[in-house]
Amino acid sequence: MTLSRIFKTIFLVEFIKGLLMAIKEMFKKSKTVNYPFEKGPISPRMRGEHALRRYPNGEERCIACKLCEAVCPAQAITIESTERADGSRKTTRYDIDMLKCIYCGLCQESCPVEAIVQGPNFEFATETREELYYNKEKLLDNGDRWESVLAKNIKLDKPYR
Amino acid sequence: MMDYLQILGNEVYKILFLLVPILVSVAMIVWLDRRVWGLVQKRKGPNVVGPFGLLQTLADALKYIFKEIIIPASANKVVFILAPIVTMTLALVAWAVIPMSEELVLSDINVGVLYLFAVSSLGVYGIIMGGWASNSKYPFLGAIRSAAQMVSYEVSIGIIIINVLLCVGSLNLKDIVLAQQELWYVIPLFPMFVIFFISALAETNRPPFDLPEAEAELVAGYQTEYSGMMYAMFWLGEYANILLMCAMGSILFLGGWLPIIDIYPINIIPAPVWMILKILFLFFLFALIKAIVPRYRYDQLMRLGWKIFLPFSLVYLVLTASFLFYFDKLPKGNF
Repeated sequence: MTLSRIFKTIFLVEFIKGLLMAIKEMFKKSKTVNYPFEKGPISPRMRGEHALRRYPNGEERCIACKLCEAVCPAQAITIESTERADGSRKTTRYDIDMLKCIYCGLCQESCPVEAIVQGPNFEFATETREELYYNKEKLLDNGDRWESVLAKNIKLDKPYR
Repeated sequence: MMDYLQILGNEVYKILFLLVPILVSVAMIVWLDRRVWGLVQKRKGPNVVGPFGLLQTLADALKYIFKEIIIPASANKVVFILAPIVTMTLALVAWAVIPMSEELVLSDINVGVLYLFAVSSLGVYGIIMGGWASNSKYPFLGAIRSAAQMVSYEVSIGIIIINVLLCVGSLNLKDIVLAQQELWYVIPLFPMFVIFFISALAETNRPPFDLPEAEAELVAGYQTEYSGMMYAMFWLGEYANILLMCAMGSILFLGGWLPIIDIYPINIIPAPVWMILKILFLFFLFALIKAIVPRYRYDQLMRLGWKIFLPFSLVYLVLTASFLFYFDKLPKGNF
């Protein structure tokens, strides 16, 4: 051992340095937040809870092309469709099994009319499994509730798509 | 007959007057420990239950009370149940001799230091009993480590205490404090204070010497098989012991209840406040150290205790004795 090393060992130099640093760090702002009361920032690309969007006139965007059903790697999406009186093809059933879903975002990317999207909401934990089998009604409801945020996020992310 | 009951009632009243504040301050100290730890790591620490999270420990205690106590089928039931009781009782019993001020002391016996030392040595029994009675490998390993560690560091603590006793000439804790009126022993015996502090860390199984409960290797050491209130009692005993070590450090080296300087605006602060402040200061160091140090390896721990602290404190003891003898400053007691 060199002389300086012996000096450092005997007088606990490194240890005292550590103590001083700990005291200094104590007065710095903490990096964590009070979660349920304050939340961290979320990117517009956040792939959270799914939603089915509508056109501004209230018509559903989804045209039942089933691209999302085909691309879904977890096969979590089930779609059934029919032709309406006005000749347009619409879904009669649009189910997502949120327990199967791996939140990859491929459904959103494959959608030609920006109907199925993944919103910024990640706090949809439930007490039973059944509540996580989403149907069309629930998804459209999500879309109505989150529309302003969804539209803004899509607009923000447009240049990178 | 009535006389006896009255005396008994009086004593119980006095004991409650001592125990309740200690249990409350243990709860507060657990909160402080976690909070300081959190702040150093730039987290928030417990801050939900009560103002600043002060009641967090109370909430935890409530949770422990309502949890089921599980006794392993292969455990020795009597010893298994006795172990946490022994740990907690011994941790609390030692407080009887700690003087908070010149009048505020439960039992002013003239072998106070010896008593403290004896009780804190007994403390290792609770841990050994718990580890052995669990009849499981991790608790057993934890208990063995703990026993070896506490016994080794008690030796150096003993010699450090002899250093102080040489300067005082009395085993009474009150006399020890009063002898420091001119000069706190932390100044002439500073190296001893540092070694005492580090040994106290080892004695109470705090990081960096928390080998008996090293969670990475031993799950929770001797506490692994315990649950519910029995676990909480171990935990309470541990923190009461830490507090006791802080009190011992402030009595032996930091002048107990004496103010920093005996001049007007400072010496009107009542004596117990000074004592509490000193205990808190030492505990704050305990908490800070928990946050900054990695755990020692077992052989390093033993090397530090036996090859460094023990010879060093022995040499210092000889130095102190010869200094006192040469300058004719040996305490003149009635012996």
